[in-house]
Amino acid sequence: MHSAIANPQADQAQQHEHVSLPQHRHHFATPEQQREAGSFGMWLFLLTEIMFFGGLFFAYLLFRNWYYDAFVTASNQLSVPLGAVNTAILITSGFFMALAVWAAEVRKKNLLVLFLVLTTLLGFAFLGIKADEYHEKYEKHHIPGASFDTSQFINPAAYGLSEKPLAPDAAQKTQLFFFLYFAMTGMHALHMVLGLGILFWLMIRAQRGDFSSGYVAPIENFGLYWHFVDIVWIFLFPLLYLINRHPLAH
Amino acid sequence: MAHEPQHEQHYHDAANVTNPEHASHHIVTPRVYAAVFATLLACTALTVFAADINLGVFNPIIALAIASFKGVIVILFFMHVKYQSRLIKVTVGAGFFMFLVLVTMTLSDYISRAWGLW
Repeated sequence: MHSAIANPQADQAQQHEHVSLPQHRHHFATPEQQREAGSFGMWLFLLTEIMFFGGLFFAYLLFRNWYYDAFVTASNQLSVPLGAVNTAILITSGFFMALAVWAAEVRKKNLLVLFLVLTTLLGFAFLGIKADEYHEKYEKHHIPGASFDTSQFINPAAYGLSEKPLAPDAAQKTQLFFFLYFAMTGMHALHMVLGLGILFWLMIRAQRGDFSSGYVAPIENFGLYWHFVDIVWIFLFPLLYLINRHPLAH
Repeated sequence: MAHEPQHEQHYHDAANVTNPEHASHHIVTPRVYAAVFATLLACTALTVFAADINLGVFNPIIALAIASFKGVIVILFFMHVKYQSRLIKVTVGAGFFMFLVLVTMTLSDYISRAWGLW
């Protein structure tokens, strides 16, 4: 055992000559077992991510219930067309990621690289639109903090808006909506930035031919991550942009 | 970990490992991906359209139902869970179930603290 730890390469060479693929790790009996263990581990990681984003979703649910009028007014500041276009962009990016997994499985190197590039480009397009939306919030002083401006919510008519005016204390609560908006979309965007970084690494390795000889696991497991980030947005879009269009009278 | 030679051979023989749960590696075709992709885009259009109609309390319910449907088909097809072993299916299901348990428990606490003042 000690020798195996001290020199795994030599140990492997001596005792496991039947292992032909370089990526097949010594402690797995079969490549299939290794693949399944990898997927299982990736899914366990994604379950922790469900809990992480789930907490933010739950905070949104409770505070929307608590400060309903402020959340409705603040939510209707978001642009539905931009949100919808971004949803379509992200879904298309996910589609190309799914095709990238297929290309790796059928060992088409050039297609794999192409699909990874398209996934990446659409990821950047999403972040570009998101940055534009953030910038608009910055210009309107709708980023929570010392320079937050509630005047638009207290006197919407002066800004040409048809929203119901809020009392000054209620208008302050719009900060909570924008805080959750930035926290949720910001964490989502951070996940995309990390994903794009990994995509560049995968592109380089794919170009080298690492994933077109039957070794698909890194592409497949990254695909799981990318699709998970898609799913988070699939829920963020209706919750932040859509469900407050027709406020309940109460 | 000292092994007898025969035992060593036996232990590391790949053919000796039976994994009845595991289906052989299923390659999902681009045709299936394209169908899922088209469905996702159609659902996005549908949810934007539905948000424009005043359906009262049903607006959020319909929006969340459409989002859940989209999430499920992404998980089943893009994330291959439909084609995975029972271990992976149960793992994924357990994760979402656990999240629902936590939401239910937290909501029960919230609702029961100041009855009527929700």
